[in-house]
Amino acid sequence: MSALLEAIDLVGGYGPVRVLHGLSFDVQPGEVVVILGANGAGKTTTLRALSGLLDDVKGSVKIEGEDVLGLRPDQIVRLGVAHVPQGRGTITDLTVEENLRLGAYVRRDADVQQDIEHWYSVFPRLGERREQPAGSMSGGEQQMLAIARALMSKPKLVLLDEPSLGLAPLVTRELFTRLGEINRTTGTAMLVVEQNANLALELAHRGYVLETGQIVAGGSASELKSDETVRKAYLGY
Amino acid sequence: MTSGDGSVSARNVRARVFKIVGFLVLAVALYELPLQYDRSTVTKFTTVLCYALAALGLNLLTGFNGQISVGHGAFFGIGAYSAALLVSQRGWPAWATIVLGAVLAFVVGLIVGLPALRIRGVYLALVTLALATLFPAVIVRYSDVTGGTQGITLEGKQRLNSPQFARDAGITNSQWRYYIALVVAVVAFILVRNVVKSRVGRALIAIRDNETPAEVLGINVGVYKVLTFGISAMLAGVGGALFTFNNDGVAADVVDIQLSIILLVAVVIGGVATFAGPAIGAFLVVFLESFFPENLRGKAAPVVFGILLILLMMAAPGGILGLVKQQWAKLAQRFSRADQPSHVA
Repeated sequence: MSALLEAIDLVGGYGPVRVLHGLSFDVQPGEVVVILGANGAGKTTTLRALSGLLDDVKGSVKIEGEDVLGLRPDQIVRLGVAHVPQGRGTITDLTVEENLRLGAYVRRDADVQQDIEHWYSVFPRLGERREQPAGSMSGGEQQMLAIARALMSKPKLVLLDEPSLGLAPLVTRELFTRLGEINRTTGTAMLVVEQNANLALELAHRGYVLETGQIVAGGSASELKSDETVRKAYLGY
Repeated sequence: MTSGDGSVSARNVRARVFKIVGFLVLAVALYELPLQYDRSTVTKFTTVLCYALAALGLNLLTGFNGQISVGHGAFFGIGAYSAALLVSQRGWPAWATIVLGAVLAFVVGLIVGLPALRIRGVYLALVTLALATLFPAVIVRYSDVTGGTQGITLEGKQRLNSPQFARDAGITNSQWRYYIALVVAVVAFILVRNVVKSRVGRALIAIRDNETPAEVLGINVGVYKVLTFGISAMLAGVGGALFTFNNDGVAADVVDIQLSIILLVAVVIGGVATFAGPAIGAFLVVFLESFFPENLRGKAAPVVFGILLILLMMAAPGGILGLVKQQWAKLAQRFSRADQPSHVA
């Protein structure tokens, strides 16, 4: 069986600044994979490379065996990869419901409203605020909206860029619980880049450790949790 | 919960009735307007409609899509001159020159929109500013075709005059032109409104607010930006073509950079990213001076105009429509609070 996503020897960056120094990893269907890394390790750049937002990138990115490097972001979305960007990227002037409709931008079927109602039931706060501008909501609510919006495109894989960023610990915990539920009920694979290693490794099946643009460790979540260096650097005990 | 739903739906019905009555009043007012005023005032009303079309286009681009243009006077001019030239030198019928003016403005808009893929904000404003200064210069340079500062004057049959059946109904030339411009403006208004409220409009606003998420939601940002530029320019071109027929001609000084600025001002004082804002703004930029006391008109008018603009922006950053909406919301809140006890009882 071919991997859902396979990145081989990614090299890239911004102009003269090289951020990714040849990293390879994969995500299997239905799997939650986390990429741990400190600030500046290249986590966001990696996700940008996967969804076509990085102009300057070499190597190979395959989605279900098909090479996608060089495709535009909107083409990659249509192949079933949704991206929740860092800082959430909710469209603050549009209402919650309009944001969800935007999530279904690439869809042509008639079940959009039904799916919106579904995500309202998963995230009741969004349902209560459906007519409010997204910008009027709290950070946690906007993160839930960004996730629900990404799922509106019915992706096979969701890329999540530091979902815990700027959220209170309790809100983050709640968010990761929901992500786990969504993965179990819908089977949507997730690639999460995170600094919050504790929570991320609880959610993930597998993980990688990224340091200055290179993968330095990888394994199952439990392996990483017991790994001496990972524990010291990312788990803080 | 259920009582809350009830009051909400009651309020919705009331809001809808308000809306329908409002639209009817507006429709009657717009229909009666040219019948109540003298010829020169009616011509001014038609000028408002021409500017409103251009401002509607500019608002689509700047207000809803976040791309600033200080060069819409040039697109207006392209429409105005293609109408004047085609009707006076090729003998085309008026409607055909308006259509071709629109197409030309659209194409030039697309071309000017291309740099917008790479540059934005102030830099894009500069590119469009260059266009605004270039256009009148080109008109003057090729004065053997365009008539230069003298312009082109439409004569006799070239003019858009009231046809026989309308004249029989007592509709004068200026009134006829007003109604033509009104129909075009209303159709354009409805189209723009429907587009903005649709999937396409959500994409436009997403691009304005935050380009990266827009991209990863599957929106082809480049195509949208360039197309919006084209459509926006097209609306300005239609306004310009109608302007030519309203004035029986066009000259270089009416499509100079000042026009570009006036259009931008119309959008901003009316209310950026609102639907009625550009029309309100267009009315004000045309008529404001006539509200001034006698000794403040003429040369002093731009000064007064500038001061008023600064004051307005301080008092109402959202433009006039923004101010109205804000006051309306306050009023509605007070009413709904007054409603509450009766609902509880």
